[in-house]
Amino acid sequence: MTREAPRAAGVRDIAVVAFAQTDHRRTSEEISEVEMLMPVLHEVMESTGLKTADIDFTCSGSSDYLAGRAFSFTLALDGVGAWPPISESHVEMDGAWALYEAWVKLRTGDADTALVYSYGKSSPGSVRDVLTRQLDPYYVAPLWPDSVALAALQAQALIDAGTADEPALAAVGARSRADAAANSHAQPRGPVPQGDYLVRPLRTGDCPPIGDGAAAVVLAAGERARDLCERPAWIRGIDHRIEAHGIGVRDLTDSPSTRLAAERAGAYERPVDTAELHAPFSSQEVILREVLGLDDGVRVNPSGGALAANPIMAAGLIRIGEAAARIHRGESDRALAHATSGPCLQQNLVAVLEGDPR
Amino acid sequence: MSAILTAPLTVEFPFTRSVGPVQSAFLTGLREQVLLGVRTGDGRVLVPPVEYDPVTAEEIRDLVEVAPTGTVTTWAWNHEPRRGQPLATPFAWVLVKLDGADTALLHALDAPGPDSVRTGARVRVRWAEERSGAITDIACFEPYDGEPVEPAGHTGEFADAITGIVAPARLDYTYSPGRAQTGYINALGGRRIVGERCPSCRKVYVPPRGACPTCGVATAEQVEVGPGGTVTTFCIVNIKAKNLDIEVPYVYAHIALDGAGLALHGRIAGIPYDQVRMGLRVEPVWTEGSRYPDHYRPTGEPDADYETYRETL
Ligand SMILES: [Zn+2]
Repeated sequence: MTREAPRAAGVRDIAVVAFAQTDHRRTSEEISEVEMLMPVLHEVMESTGLKTADIDFTCSGSSDYLAGRAFSFTLALDGVGAWPPISESHVEMDGAWALYEAWVKLRTGDADTALVYSYGKSSPGSVRDVLTRQLDPYYVAPLWPDSVALAALQAQALIDAGTADEPALAAVGARSRADAAANSHAQPRGPVPQGDYLVRPLRTGDCPPIGDGAAAVVLAAGERARDLCERPAWIRGIDHRIEAHGIGVRDLTDSPSTRLAAERAGAYERPVDTAELHAPFSSQEVILREVLGLDDGVRVNPSGGALAANPIMAAGLIRIGEAAARIHRGESDRALAHATSGPCLQQNLVAVLEGDPR
Repeated sequence: MSAILTAPLTVEFPFTRSVGPVQSAFLTGLREQVLLGVRTGDGRVLVPPVEYDPVTAEEIRDLVEVAPTGTVTTWAWNHEPRRGQPLATPFAWVLVKLDGADTALLHALDAPGPDSVRTGARVRVRWAEERSGAITDIACFEPYDGEPVEPAGHTGEFADAITGIVAPARLDYTYSPGRAQTGYINALGGRRIVGERCPSCRKVYVPPRGACPTCGVATAEQVEVGPGGTVTTFCIVNIKAKNLDIEVPYVYAHIALDGAGLALHGRIAGIPYDQVRMGLRVEPVWTEGSRYPDHYRPTGEPDADYETYRETL
């Protein structure tokens, strides 16, 4: 891991050099996945001046269960422009994990540049039902507990533990949407009513909007990154960890996998000034803040976070992209990005990004 | 531009899953109204049981019976039950630590309202009337204020243990093919076949998907192709597909429609299967009321010269 040998001989520094995302919307039925994705791919490539032929490795994240079709990612690949033939891979996960795979590829020295993209259209189906299909198929999935119900169990555990109450959760949602007012890509922008219970204790304001969207990132190694970007966002560490799939085995008020991933990514070595947390539910932000030791001096989710735009499979990659973009713009010097997958923060990825000293 | 097409799409599958010895014991136990957990190396009892210790990854098989009574460790009130969930009336999702267990089981609690549920509440299993060896053999939990029920110490050995489950899954979608394919499908309705030309390499894609996969750019210029075309390659199908009313053997072919930059595929009829050949000139046959060609048949023209279709192979 990078923590043990941050810049040992032969180990290359890798940076996020470009980021683009769609405007995330409740529905995009007028366009196919590739039609939705293509402008984002063009934007991220144009900002680096790279052509497809210049990209050494391409990796994507998406889900057949959202699309309702097998091998759906192969159609989206049409948007990349696969001539001359490209080196390509796919994860049936959020794009943050596709970025992890690309980072590994760059670390090995097999590639100097990588294109990472992910997308998800939730509008064709019912995402609450779709996500039940990722659960343990023997003991849990036959009961069809939807994603909001599972998050609500976690929220109640947090309330019972005295860590949060409903007003505190509502404040997380309100702050996220207020911040999203400045983010033209976000779905609900500005104040939204806290609303009724979806599954008590979670109200609509505690839950993410359901939407369609896509995101793309370009990674580059060493001097190549400096050529492509004025202020690259160097990935100082990145790690991901998973917990037991049985949610009744876990302490739902804690996130030990996030803690371990953050430790291995070097997040605790020095304070960060920005954190983009993939917390689709208000209660999850409370847990993540605590685990990551983020105090009030850290700017958490200036983009509005997943409570303002949660395109499934892209929302985690967007956290890395948003954190990197703040470094690109000089608004952050050291940022933490987090992505999650699975019910109740089952899997967690943490990346630490830094800009060159100014 | 005409309205974007949409259509209902249902993905439904009865997943047949095998179970290992531990899952088999637990699920068979449910059928027999016996609740089993598994003991880890450090003495914890996991319910529902798993085959490998989540901490040490050691294989664990030491089954232990636990009580049908337990304590709610957290809950969430579900006032609008969704399809497939355990109860059709409002209920609480609960994690229940059964008496004798160290971990909690997810299920539903039948309770009159959210004010009657709390963490720490005592509950007991309500068994389903018909049980098959599945988690749904527990109909739900119900409030319980009696004494803990002592388990009988079942060994986990059953005469006719289940070896698998069938887990039906169904998801409903509203499929939309997007702009490019809507144009294609609408043209088919008028018995025309249209593709889209790549602005960069000038290739015409049929059916169009809105992007040139070679150049990675949007295609927009609609181009009518065919109706005539050339067989570029083919195979002879000898196995009858279920629910498909076509006599075997028949020929399935790649067909390069005139003006198209790549071949689409379709069935060839109107010629004995063993006379189909590369270069054969064909045209689509539309049946009454159909929105797409049923098959392609020979036009009677001389075979196309190889050089005219080699780029579409
Ligand atoms: Zn082209």
